[in-house]
Amino acid sequence: MSVPFLSAEDERLALLQSVVDLTRTVFKARACSVMRHDVSSRELIFEAVSGEGQGSLAGQRIPATTGIAGWAVAAEEPIAIADTRSDTRFDRDFAEQTGFVPERLIAFPLLDGERAIGVIEVLDPQVRERDSVDDMNVLASIAVHAAAVLTLVQAARAAADPERPPSPLNALERALQDGAPAQREAALALVSALETLLKTTG
Amino acid sequence: MSSSGSDIARSVGAYAEKTWQGGEFFLRVEAHRRQYDPAVSTDNAHDALPAWSLDREAALATSLRSHWPLRNPREWAWGGATGAGVRVCIVDSGVDGSHPRVGAIQGAVAITADAGGELVIAPDEEGDAFGHGTACASIVRGLAPDCEIHSVRVLGGELTGSGPALLSGLQWAIDQRFDVINLSLSTTKSRFAPELRELADQAYFGGCLLVACAHNLPVPSFPWRFSSVLSVGSHAGHDLFEYHVNPSPPVEFAAPGVDVELAWLGGATIRATGNSFAAPYMSGLAALVLSKHEGLRPFEVKTVLRAAATNTQAAT
Repeated sequence: MSVPFLSAEDERLALLQSVVDLTRTVFKARACSVMRHDVSSRELIFEAVSGEGQGSLAGQRIPATTGIAGWAVAAEEPIAIADTRSDTRFDRDFAEQTGFVPERLIAFPLLDGERAIGVIEVLDPQVRERDSVDDMNVLASIAVHAAAVLTLVQAARAAADPERPPSPLNALERALQDGAPAQREAALALVSALETLLKTTG
Repeated sequence: MSSSGSDIARSVGAYAEKTWQGGEFFLRVEAHRRQYDPAVSTDNAHDALPAWSLDREAALATSLRSHWPLRNPREWAWGGATGAGVRVCIVDSGVDGSHPRVGAIQGAVAITADAGGELVIAPDEEGDAFGHGTACASIVRGLAPDCEIHSVRVLGGELTGSGPALLSGLQWAIDQRFDVINLSLSTTKSRFAPELRELADQAYFGGCLLVACAHNLPVPSFPWRFSSVLSVGSHAGHDLFEYHVNPSPPVEFAAPGVDVELAWLGGATIRATGNSFAAPYMSGLAALVLSKHEGLRPFEVKTVLRAAATNTQAAT
């Protein structure tokens, strides 16, 4: 049996990486990152980075209670900022970890229904033929895509969490693979019944 | 009608044709509304405007008729006014009163959780963690230099999300009977909509003008959609006094919100883009109007601001 596409964590993260790589290319930016919002710790966690900080920032955490990215998540609103170097405190966490302070930045919340599950940031976009409104428009479309991928990543991690109560499908899978004989027999009977159902319903 | 207007009209169908007569601006706005408002339509419109921002060129090329019986409504509305005597409340991330573009503020509280987890009002000891509230305050101050500015912090620090803290902060501000309450925030959580509508009505009947920005994204959010508030989207102009009436609500006014120069943390001045920066322009203008005409009710302030809008043609 072939392995389904995106069945592994590194494949899902590769998809997320492609989103930030593409976004950085579109905006000719110095960096682009997707951060996941950890509600319990009130932090933003770097999931994928392209450009400055790539290879070193993944897994790093910054407070969700400050900064431009924090605002985008807290307010569930995008924001574009320019002339940021006049503020020495601007996005200090990111700057300290990457060694550069962006001059321009766009932060867009990643929404899953009524929840802000993360944020995508574009740092120092260099596409001058567009104005800020156009930038926001372009990033709005990308953010929908990024949010869908991040949702996929989170859902897969949750499903793989060994401490999570098993779903019926997880239980079925485990029974087939590692179950006691009685469990395996029951699982096979269920699969057989499903096959019959599928045949009879066309 | 220009060919571009006709194209847009074709794209959104006959509905746009009958909405307003004779102006590409109106068609563009209507096309935009139909594109992004799921309550209106799911038709494909081809306008490239972002959510709730206005095509400024189209707006400038067209004038709405006004029945205001004055030749110079702007002079009547706010000529010579400074905002003195008007209390403006910024419900946001806090306000840095030490920023020179903001100046001294007259009060700052924050929503906090007590030992039992209940939300309570307390003096704001942390200030602005994000910079957003300070930015909004600086815009109000730039228009109405002598108004009072009060801050209610509902975001930042220990506060996350846009629901209960927003409701508590707004309720407190309404109870204080501030003349103008600037809310450059909204919530996408529909479960809070009924209570927000009740608060907006409280403000309206209590004489508090609630100025709320439209969400930047094409998602349902509140309270800016309610008729009892003055709702604001953005345009790309930079004149402090350029604002437009939108003939196709729920967004009623469009004010500068693109690359706006404003105060930020650490005494900085930056440029930023978002509808949230358009709302305080209208709050500042409302403060000027109320400074010159004490006691106007919210609907009267709206009427005055409509009559004095850039795209409103004064009565002759």
